This record gives sequence, structure tokens and C-alpha cells, in this order.
Amino acid sequence: MPAIPSHVPEPSRTDPALIRNFCIIAHIDHGKSTLADRMLQLTGVVEQRQMRAQYLDRMDIERERGITIKSQAVRLPWAPSHDEGNTHILNMIDTPGHVDFTYEVSRSLAACEGTILLVDAAQGIEAQTLANLYLAMENDLTIIPVLNKIDLPAAQPEKFSEELANLVGCEPDDVLKVSAKTGLGVDALLDKVVAEIPAPVGVKDAPARAMIFDSVYDSYRGVVTYVRVIDGQLNKRERIRMMSTGATHELLEIGTNSPEMLAADGLGVGEVGYLITGVKDVRQSKVGDTVTSQHKGAEEALGGYKDPRPMVFSGLYPLDGSDYPLLREALDKLQLNDAALVYEPETSAALGFGFRVGFLGLLHLDVIRERLEREFGLDLIATAPNVVYRVVMEDGTEHTVTNPSEFPEGKINEVYEPVVRATILAPTEFIGAIMELCQTRRGTLLGMDYLSEDRVEIRYTLPLAEIVFDFFDQLKSKTRGYASLDYEPTGEQTSSLVKVDILLHGDKVDAFSAITHKDQAYAYGVRLVAKLKELIPRQAFEVPVQAAIGSRVIARETIRAIRKDVLAKCYGGDISRKRKLLEKQKEGKKRMKMVGSVEVPQEAFIAVLSSDDSAGSGKAKK
Amino acid sequence: MPSALPDGEPVPADGALPASALAGAADRPLGFYLHVPYCATRCGYCDFNTYTATELRGTGGVLASRDNYAETLTDEIRLARKVLGDDPREVRTVFVGGGTPTLLAAGDLVRMLHAIRDEFGLAPDAEITTEANPESVDPAYLATLREGGFNRISFGMQSAEQHVLKILDRTHTPGRPEACVAEARAAGFDHVNLDLIYGTPGESDDDWRASLDAALGAGPDHVSAYALIVEEGTQLARRIRRGEVPMTDDDVHADRYLIAEETLSAAGFDWYEVSNWATSDAGRCLHNELYWRGADWWGAGPGAHSHVGGVRWWNVKHPGAYAGALAAGRSPGAGREVLTEEDRRVERVLLELRLREGVPLSLLREAGLAASRRALSEGLLQAGPYEDGRAVLTLRGRLLADAVVRDLVD
Repeated sequence: MPAIPSHVPEPSRTDPALIRNFCIIAHIDHGKSTLADRMLQLTGVVEQRQMRAQYLDRMDIERERGITIKSQAVRLPWAPSHDEGNTHILNMIDTPGHVDFTYEVSRSLAACEGTILLVDAAQGIEAQTLANLYLAMENDLTIIPVLNKIDLPAAQPEKFSEELANLVGCEPDDVLKVSAKTGLGVDALLDKVVAEIPAPVGVKDAPARAMIFDSVYDSYRGVVTYVRVIDGQLNKRERIRMMSTGATHELLEIGTNSPEMLAADGLGVGEVGYLITGVKDVRQSKVGDTVTSQHKGAEEALGGYKDPRPMVFSGLYPLDGSDYPLLREALDKLQLNDAALVYEPETSAALGFGFRVGFLGLLHLDVIRERLEREFGLDLIATAPNVVYRVVMEDGTEHTVTNPSEFPEGKINEVYEPVVRATILAPTEFIGAIMELCQTRRGTLLGMDYLSEDRVEIRYTLPLAEIVFDFFDQLKSKTRGYASLDYEPTGEQTSSLVKVDILLHGDKVDAFSAITHKDQAYAYGVRLVAKLKELIPRQAFEVPVQAAIGSRVIARETIRAIRKDVLAKCYGGDISRKRKLLEKQKEGKKRMKMVGSVEVPQEAFIAVLSSDDSAGSGKAKK
Repeated sequence: MPSALPDGEPVPADGALPASALAGAADRPLGFYLHVPYCATRCGYCDFNTYTATELRGTGGVLASRDNYAETLTDEIRLARKVLGDDPREVRTVFVGGGTPTLLAAGDLVRMLHAIRDEFGLAPDAEITTEANPESVDPAYLATLREGGFNRISFGMQSAEQHVLKILDRTHTPGRPEACVAEARAAGFDHVNLDLIYGTPGESDDDWRASLDAALGAGPDHVSAYALIVEEGTQLARRIRRGEVPMTDDDVHADRYLIAEETLSAAGFDWYEVSNWATSDAGRCLHNELYWRGADWWGAGPGAHSHVGGVRWWNVKHPGAYAGALAAGRSPGAGREVLTEEDRRVERVLLELRLREGVPLSLLREAGLAASRRALSEGLLQAGPYEDGRAVLTLRGRLLADAVVRDLVD
């Protein structure tokens, strides 16, 4: 192990030629966090005794699920073995690993000149990794392919070196082999980062331009904004301007992470660090935005900024109606740290007061729901996730539908639904099963390529709505867990979509309305009606449970009326007991939701609406 | 009487009642329930407070014996006199239940009755009932009771079918209860009841019809018909859990109830409470009506419940502990609850809705009234009485009484 480097260049006075900015692209579970841990140790920025696993993952949920939701940057000094006299500065930018956060990934990549492509030597590359690899290639990043976990008995370094070499366009021998767990090969990897990744290039004397690649709310310090300086220099105590909004802020602190925050005099060309301005809401400090100096600032922003756009919606309702204000507060708090989270109040006849919440994708939905329940102690009902539909009426008016119950009545000309381009990687033996699944989900095959003899990449166009429910679970079960999935939105298409309503005793239950393809409406109706019959207790009267498209009933079941609900005996000694029983039953009744005249237990809503395990690939480690 | 006692506050050692309980007492009838906690054998479905041993010793070493039970109980009747102070009321009803009261000598039952007569006085038209086991009475026994002042008797018939009686662990011979009715009539009893149970595992609709026919053939003026309740902790509950006998479905209970209503009304009986039918108003059990109409009654004996003016209390369950408390000059009360106005309103709704006269709508709050209108439109309440301001259950409503109560108390 090399000695701790001496003469470490300081922030704002670091020669760009000594800087290397890189990130790590890896599938969850392939050891990115462990590799980062090892780098922290090798470069001496974290002492051995302070080391804890997955040092950089901050949230409990991140650590538990082994996924990184928010990225971070660490400044690592490294004196490479081939040039020991010159201590370099390596900025490791941690990227989120999930498809929901592709935009954030793209901004992290834009802050780098190179990337380590980290792949599990026992499993090979996965679809999301591939997607991010393509993203890195589009950004002209230098790729360093690395196989991790070569110490595992199941490792197949030859096979997967070949696969990586094919993808990246190098020789199999160029693929580094490391074990992040034992530290084997990590120093060689750091040397290679210095040797192969280009140093950042920027104009030193130009007005400052820094790109925001992450923005995190900290309850003590307000928003911490992570930037990569492209041109010029940002200095402490100057006023800065956000170029997308024009808002100006006092720069209260500027610095770098090692990995704890360390204040500095400023940040120069190519440097990576953080800014604190005292703003309290990450929406005032948006990922992708350009920061410049207020005085003699830049005219033109860096390219690539996009507003986050929610793709998946779900209604979130507190189980206990009195928790509604608490839910609002919790969402307000989460939004401080999540510019992509949008919500507005919504009322459901069946579920009461709640919010329609927009998410980037399913993992995002799942993470938010779990944080609401865990960090804020809320018990929630989440309605089945749905996408955004654009409905054009015959009279030319247009509706944007984010909640199926708002699907317009009347003469509809066209319905547009979002579509995605999905990439599935799997062993070749599952091609048939995958294609069958995609066909039933209204997919259109775009193409298929063999990555190696026994692994294939299949590309489909799929309606997003077909993916948001249980597609990933189905894919996993049909491929014995081998397939991996990635998707990106590619626009919209017109489809024959209908709204299926569920009626209990003739009353529409808004929470159960769904928009489906007309060919799938019947199956949806039959399934839901059967499930409800099983879950709703017998009532004082017969309750028809129907599924209908408009006024046309497509499925029906009947919950038979309860015929006996009376205690046979009620004499002197029974009275106190009977009154107490009544009080208990009344409590139980409070947990029932009245749908028209039908009492529906909360459990029925949860059972019908919960998509069990639909959270997409990010959940694999749970 | 269910075996588990409710939670409540302690009863003062002297059994004294809050002043509120005695206010306005003169306007309410007063009854006595006397509990006899002995049985020859325990039936598999029974969870009542009853014991098969003839002698039970309490913690204080006091012996509670079947032979001196009448004296022990008389001690509580004297305590009642003290607690009720100068309450001028004569007693309107006495009901001796169990257990098996007729395991005591007929003279013991009469002595307990006379203790009440001596302490409180009996109203001239007082209803004096005892429960009786068909196998433990004979004409001489019945004559002693009648001469001692009893004028109503209730036999536990349960079923006319041997295989049903066997599941219930009832030891009497089919036909014996019907014979008892004739013997009771011969002894001069004005009123005779037969208790029936339906929905026993293994019972068919025809078995039930046969039981009803047999009961009616004996000529009682009152029939009680109860759906079998499988109480936790009973032998029957264990047998059902082990799968030895099948559990009866609620829909079957409903069918049997409709058969009972049809058969009994065809024989000239009218329902006056969900599980009770009588040939005339005079045939109704006045004592039970005290329970259902919020009147006062003193329940004497181990585990017996009492109610006086909005205070409910209950005695310690074990006969030994019971006898010990009385021997030490203490109240045998184990706990009590003082009902709030709302508790009393809720109790009135839940009890009176079970009666043929129903609940006055004036007792309902706004949400309850709205619920009553829904119940009316769903055919659970009768239209005629509703117009006259009363919620009275229809036949279908009687089967769903608990569900209706849950809505009406809102």
C-alpha cells in the first residue's frame, strides 16, 4: 500500500492537470459502495477505525437496500505508483444506480471525464449498467472496465472480460480484475484512473460556470449543492446566481468533501465540491443548473438542463384520516430534498383526503412511500400506480389525466399514453418467455443482439402503463431472476384505452377505477371483482360487485347478504359484556370505509391496491 | 350468566350503593335473581358459573356446601335489605337459576324465597320462577315448590332428539321434559316454560321441527329458543376445534330461527323478545323483562349480577370465596360499574330493540335516526310502529338485531 501522499494540492489552487474526475457505473449489488469504501481507505481520507460499510450511503433505506439514491462527491489525494512525486486529486462522484434517476445519472456523468465500469465477475453486466454505460459513451467519457468479486468461487473472469471487451471496444486483457472486498487490485485501479482518464479542461480566466450535479437538503445547514466547476473560479463569500431562475444567493460556504465537508477558499477549473447558500429547498438549487458569479457572471448557461418530469402517479391516503395534516407536512419535508417529487391534494369518495403524488418511476414511488411510513410513522394506502394520459375529445378539447377516476366521459377522439424503450438483458434460454411477456404487455420488438454466446439484449417499445404494475416481477419470475431491465421514456402513442370502473352496490369506487387497454379490460374486471368478493364481509343486504366500462357491465359477483347477526341470549349478566362488545365493534366499524352504503374494511383496499412487489429492479436487494 | 366477569371498580365492603342508584327507586320494579351454582355434571356447551362438587372451600376456610347453601344465600338477602335501606318496594319477581336449582331440596328453594318475603315482602301478583332439570323433579318436589309460593317453572328441554342431547351432554331421556310439563300443571303451576336449543352440530331441520313439535305438544305457555353459542373454553369449543364435530353455519341458524318463528306462531305463540315466545301477555316472563327494561334487580349467589339505578355489580365467582365474604360480614361484590347517561342510553337501545315493543325513536340521536330510516327502507324495521315513533324489528331484522343496534346507537 502506498504511503499517504504528501504535498496535497489545496482546493482553488489545484492545477487542473492533476485532477481526475470520475464516477463508478455499476449494477446494485455489484460492489460499488464497497469499492468506494476501499478507495476511501487506500487514499487515507477515512481512517481505518472510522470505517463503516457503505460509508457514503447516507439514508438508512440506501444502506439497507444497497442502492444509492443521491450522489455525492469525494476528493481523494492519490500519488500514483508511476508518478509518486505528483499527488493527484481524484474526485469520485457517486451516481445513483437506478433507472428512475437517469437524469441525475446523466448530470453526474457530465461532471466527469471518465468512469469505472464495475461488473460482478460472477454475474456479468446488467441492463441498467448497460444503459448507463451507453449514457457515459454518449458523454464521451473514458471507460475503465473492471470486474469485481474475482475472489468469489463462482467468478468467471474470462467469460465476462470478453463480454466487457466487446461492449467497450478493448482487449479482454485490458479489463482490470479486483476484489473490492479484500482490496485486491484497487491501487492498480486508482493508478489507471490517473493514467487513462483525461484531466479536465476549462478556461481559467472566463466568468465562472459550475454545473450542479446534486443538491441535498440537510436539516442543519439547509441545501448543500454539489458542483463541478467548468470555467473560471467560485470564491467564498461572493454572491452567486442560478442561471435557470436568475435567483442570487450569498455563498455562505464553499468546500470539498473528504468525505466530511471541509470549507475552502474556493473552487477552480475542473474542481468538484459543495456550496452552501442558506436556501431551504432543493428546488431552488436544481440538478443540471449552472451556477455563476453575480458580478461579471457568465452569459450562457451550460447545456443539458431539464426540469424533472413525473412519469408515474399514485394516490397516497392516510389510513387514519386524522393523519392527513401529518402527511402533508411529511411530503413538504421530503420535497425539500427531492426536486422531482410533486403532489397535490386529492379527495377520494372511498379513501377520503389524500394526495396525488407524481414520481420519476416505481423505485422513486417505493422509496418515498417507505420513507413516509418509516421516518414519519404514517400508515398509508397507496392506490395502484398509473401513468399520465392525454385525452383528446371529438370537440378538440384536451384533458391530462393523472388519476383514472378523472378520465373524461363523452365522445373521445384519441387517447395518448406514454411509451418507453425497454432494454432487457437475459440468458438466451429465456428469449421465448421474455418475448411472450412483452407481447402480452402490448410491446413492439425493436431488435435483439447477442452480447455473448449465451446472453442477449432484447429491445422493446412498451407502454409505460404496462411496466408500472408488476412487469418487473413477472420478468424476474419468468427468467428465474436472471433478466435485468432498463427503460427510458421515448414519447407517446395512441391506444384503444378504456376506463374500467368498479361498482359496489351500484356505487362507483373511485379508488378502484383503472385505465386499461380494451382487450385487457375484461380480465382486469373479473380479477378485481373476484378479489373484492373475497375481501368484503357479508353485509345486511346483498351487494353486487360489478366491473363496468361506461354503463356496460363486464363482470359481476354477488356478496350474499348476512342473514344472522344477533346474540341469542341477553340476560342480566350478559348486559355489561354486551355493551362492551358493542363498543369494541363500533371501534372496528370506524376502521371500515363506507362506500355508499357498503362497509369495506381497510384491509380490502390495501389488498386490492397494493401491487405487492412492483417496485422495479432497484428492489432486488431487499 | 357468562363465566368471565367484566372489569370494574371495587365494591365497598358493606356493599353500599351511591345515592344516585337509589334515587327514584320507588318508580321501578324490583326483582331478585338467586343463583344456584351446582350441577350434577357439566354440559359440554355450558360456560355458566357452576360446579359439580357438593362442597367447596374458600380461601378463608369457609365451607360452601350444597346443604347449607340456602342459609348462605339468605345472608346475602339480608345484606340486600341493609344496602337498600328503607326502600319500601315489595318484590315483583323472583327467579331461581343456575346451575341446577333443583339439585337443592325443594324446601331449600322455598326457604330462600321466604327469606325474600320476610325481608322485603312479595307483591300480591309476584312472579316466582325456578329453573328445573327434567330428571331432578317429581310430583312431590313440584308440589312442595308450588305450596311454597313458586308459580312459574322453566324446564331445560333443549331438544327432543337423543343424538342432539348427546352432543350437548344432556342426560335426560327424550320425552321426560314434556312429562314434566304435565306434572307441573298438575301441581298447579300457572306458567311453564321449555328452553330449546337449535343449531347444535349434527341437528337437521327436521330434528329441530321435531323438537318444536314435541315441546308444543306438551302445552307450555312459554318457549325460549336459543341458537347454540359455542363459548370459548367449553368442551364443545375444543371438540369443534379438533374437528370432532362440525361448526354450525350462521345461515343454518337463520333457517332454524325462521322455522321456530313459523312453527311457534302457527301454534298461537307470539315473540316478545328475540329468543322468547309466549301464548299471551300473562305468559311472558316478567322477570326477564326487568332485565330488558332497565328495572332493578338484586342477583344473589356466586357470580350473580345485579343492577340498581344505573349501578351494575357482580359477585365473586367461587362459592367458597362467596360464602367466606358473607361469613366475614362483607359484601361478596367483586366489582361494579356506575353507568353514565350515555351508557344507559346505549343499553336501552340494545336491550329494548330486542323486544316486540321496540325502542322509542326519541332515544336515538341524529345519526341513529338516519340509520333507523335506512334500516326501515331495508326492511329491518316495521313500518307501522315506526310511524308511531318506535323502532321495532321485522322478522329479518330480529336475525340482524346486533347489526341494527350498532347503527342505531350512533
